[in-house]
Amino acid sequence: MTDINITIIDRLGNKHNVLAPLDMSMNIMELIKSYELADDASIGVCGGMAMCASCQCYIESFHKLNDKSDEEEAMLSEAFHIKKSSRLSCQIPITKDLKDLIIRIAPEY
Amino acid sequence: MIKSDILIIGAGPVGLFAVFEAGLLKMKCHLIDILPNPGGQCSEIYPKKPIYDIPAYPEILADGLIDKLMEQCSQFQPGFTLGERAMEIDKQQDNSFIVTTDKGTKHSALIVVIAGGLGSFEPRKPIINNIEKYEGFGLEYFIKEPNLFKNKKVVIAGGGDSALDWAVVLSDIASEVTLIHRRNEFRGALDSVDKVQQLKNLNKINIITPAEVVGLNGKNNLESIIIQNPDESTEEIETDFFIPLFGLSPKLGPIANWGLEIEKNAIKVNNSLDYQTNIPGIFAIGDVNTYPGKLKLILCGFHEAALMCQGAYKILNPNKKFLLKYTTVSGVEGFDGTHKKAEKAVVKTIS
Repeated sequence: MTDINITIIDRLGNKHNVLAPLDMSMNIMELIKSYELADDASIGVCGGMAMCASCQCYIESFHKLNDKSDEEEAMLSEAFHIKKSSRLSCQIPITKDLKDLIIRIAPEY
Repeated sequence: MIKSDILIIGAGPVGLFAVFEAGLLKMKCHLIDILPNPGGQCSEIYPKKPIYDIPAYPEILADGLIDKLMEQCSQFQPGFTLGERAMEIDKQQDNSFIVTTDKGTKHSALIVVIAGGLGSFEPRKPIINNIEKYEGFGLEYFIKEPNLFKNKKVVIAGGGDSALDWAVVLSDIASEVTLIHRRNEFRGALDSVDKVQQLKNLNKINIITPAEVVGLNGKNNLESIIIQNPDESTEEIETDFFIPLFGLSPKLGPIANWGLEIEKNAIKVNNSLDYQTNIPGIFAIGDVNTYPGKLKLILCGFHEAALMCQGAYKILNPNKKFLLKYTTVSGVEGFDGTHKKAEKAVVKTIS
């Protein structure tokens, strides 16, 4: 089994159930981009280095995720539309623990 | 009027390499960039990040790559218009283009190459209702002229390097500097953080953390700001200036209105030939363009730059024959009179 299901709610509120590969060292931002669920120039602007907040998402399920790095914490502290459930999706690697994860892409920065 | 053979919009890695490739074909370039320094994203977003997929560089820092590209193209003496945004393009009767910046600088060239990456970097504006009302009336997103703040009260918001660095600079100029950040921790070079700490201890910088600016007041000019604490209580602070420094985000900007075919926020080009757009004479290379199979990689941009130059040459020199030359054979003849070439082999008989 190399794929898991993840639900992504795009910026218009549409729900997409997508298959996420476990063996391509991808993160959630890349998953969103690969399925073209956000305007290409509006997400992952820095390429995934936690240096912009364009890939901010809200975690809407109760999964235990990897801890935030200092860089992610710092970038989130400068981002807008922040909630308690905010994460930078580029900082969440896809692992089998994320099966059935639900995330919502935050409004454009 | 600044004249060149090729006008390049965007001084990132691909724009800089295009200067070199154009130079080999004797075409002179001028570059426009909204940022104050060349390098684009490499200098602005991730200068100290290593890049691993530049051919022949197993590892190179982004700002190091820009230094190398600047060195490589320097003999072709590119001109630069920095800190200005390309706003308008007008085609002339002789088929040349005039590109005017937001500051009114005019550039004329037969070829325009858009190497704008993700677009021009615009300041990220905090979400405050009436923020636009005060833009230019006490609210500044960039600090171009520090003396504007001489003997004034200034509030800076943000937690990154630029917020820290400007707080330090303005502490000597302004009558009062207040730095507001949503967290107690700042994200900056250790040196900058230490300096701010020292200035705080000397009462030269006031720091308010964790707090957020949520409102702006003032009749015509900004007179005060409202800050909100984590317990949602608010406080009013008198100030002459508010400078939110929350980083930059790229926007395609005015180029989107130039009549170019746009797809997915990128400029469509002919990738089977020379990366020309739907407007003859305007090319787009690097991250700013799109075509089937496009990869947004610096190395792909370099390739596009080389092919673009062949197309540009044909427009600039109709019917003039040309054969691709190898730098190993001909060396590199700069516009500055330099001529780099391989040393002559020593011919000697072995007796």
